[in-house]
Amino acid sequence: MRALANPRNLVVAAILIFLALVPVYAQARANPYLLSLFTRIIILAMAAVSLNLIMGFGGMVSFGHAAYIGLGGYAVGILAQEGITAGLVQWPVAIVTSALLAVVIGAFSLRTRGVYFIMITLAFAQMIYYVGVGLERYGGDDGLSIDRRSQFGGLFNLSNRTVFYYVCFGLLLASVYLVWRLVNSRFGLVIQGARSNDRRMRAIGFPTYRYRLVCFVIAGTICGLAGVLLANHTDFISPATMHWTRSGDLIVMAVLGGMGTVLGPVLGALALLLLEEALSGLTEYWQVILGPLLLAVVLFARGGIDGMLASLNRA
Amino acid sequence: MPEPLLEIDGLTKRFGGVVASDGIRLAVAPGELHAIIGPNGAGKTTLIGQLTGELAPDAGRIRFGGTDITRLPAHRRSLMGLARSFQITSLFLDFTALDNVALAVQAHAGHSFRFWRNARRERALREPAHKALARVGLVERAHCIVASMSHGEHRQLEIAMGLATAPRMLLLDEPMAGMGPEESQRMVALLRELKGELTILLVEHDMEAVFALADRITVLVYGRVIASDTPAVVRLNAEVRQAYLGEQEAVIRHG
Repeated sequence: MRALANPRNLVVAAILIFLALVPVYAQARANPYLLSLFTRIIILAMAAVSLNLIMGFGGMVSFGHAAYIGLGGYAVGILAQEGITAGLVQWPVAIVTSALLAVVIGAFSLRTRGVYFIMITLAFAQMIYYVGVGLERYGGDDGLSIDRRSQFGGLFNLSNRTVFYYVCFGLLLASVYLVWRLVNSRFGLVIQGARSNDRRMRAIGFPTYRYRLVCFVIAGTICGLAGVLLANHTDFISPATMHWTRSGDLIVMAVLGGMGTVLGPVLGALALLLLEEALSGLTEYWQVILGPLLLAVVLFARGGIDGMLASLNRA
Repeated sequence: MPEPLLEIDGLTKRFGGVVASDGIRLAVAPGELHAIIGPNGAGKTTLIGQLTGELAPDAGRIRFGGTDITRLPAHRRSLMGLARSFQITSLFLDFTALDNVALAVQAHAGHSFRFWRNARRERALREPAHKALARVGLVERAHCIVASMSHGEHRQLEIAMGLATAPRMLLLDEPMAGMGPEESQRMVALLRELKGELTILLVEHDMEAVFALADRITVLVYGRVIASDTPAVVRLNAEVRQAYLGEQEAVIRHG
């Protein structure tokens, strides 16, 4: 067994403690922007964790993952618009519709491989995007303001930014733990086996399609929940939430942080969004700096940030 | 004669104008080691593909253990006890050797919609996998990542994955391909051990091994069966000698 106190685990623990203390620090410095920034990072990290389940562990490179963020968000927005603000209605509706969408997208796209899979998931996401644009009643292209966040009665108040932050943080940790359990279970080994060699999996007796579909649905559902959080965070939902570039961002987070490790996407989300923040403060042309940086990580650090940390363990 | 375990009747497969399987008919009795030989392009790979369910035949039937499996998908055939190894090594390269074999065990241990328990700690999966590795002599290599293992070890691992599921029949597609003489000898010794315990269908280029091991040999040429008999009879068959053996012997002697 490897020692628990290796450099990688220490860094990860430090980051988690830091994330847990963000609201305290933000309050002390009276800096609500900082809290808002990290809330956003945590929500998108959760989406990236869900994408990593299918992409990193399952080899299913979905280029339409933002569709679930949009769907989860629209479930909250539309219900709120129609006067239903109860979280115990909104959230289950968002989760179930995300799962159903994933069943439909997965049922078609998982019959294909490689580039075709990428294109089909992208095509579905674009369809959902244009459905959003076409929703005249709900703001169409301009989107929809959400006047009240999801209501949970006396349980907790999401309008309190600190409470909201901890709800998001808790759900991120729960997602990470869920993915970790999944990938080490029988189910997870089937998913990873199908990524490694699907033909062999079928030859030894696994009907891989149904396992991959279930995995695809689990990931879509988690991402739908991230969408619920994002809509509550911004008090707003629009088709831009599920633009294909957002799906691209999620892929970058997973690759940058390290695919195939449970915590990689969290590190990736932190790195990408903080870099964006820092660089855009420096210059208007921040993407000129960010691009080569990402290239360098992909070219020289195969396992992403998590891979780099893990290599410290061996040093 | 006991009811055959595997029965192929009139199996035909065409690729455009090429008839890769031309009314193939053969039977494999339980416990038998049945070899299939034939020159390159004889249609051995096509036959294997149809037996494992990766290719659909245009005509004919395949019966396994009395059941018609002609239209069954690959995973169902595996679950019925028809295990296979691949000609070109086909493993989970980023997994350990033990993980590879344990996955094969898991495939035959009920459904895998089990989401919570750590599968690498399940003794019901790990122990049979260990046994299969021990059987092929790979037990010290159990925790090596497969990508880092040698070609010969890969071939042994292929067999272990077949064995781990306690199959009724093992379909071996050129298990000796690309092996050095020493590794080949070890493989022959292993197959000799397995013979009698299991029914084996062996597709192999190594003539020496085939004639040393097989109870029966079927010779394929241009997709047709030109002989199917005991090694002694096949060796003397004039058509076979002309089509195949003479040429091979010459290669062995002078090459």
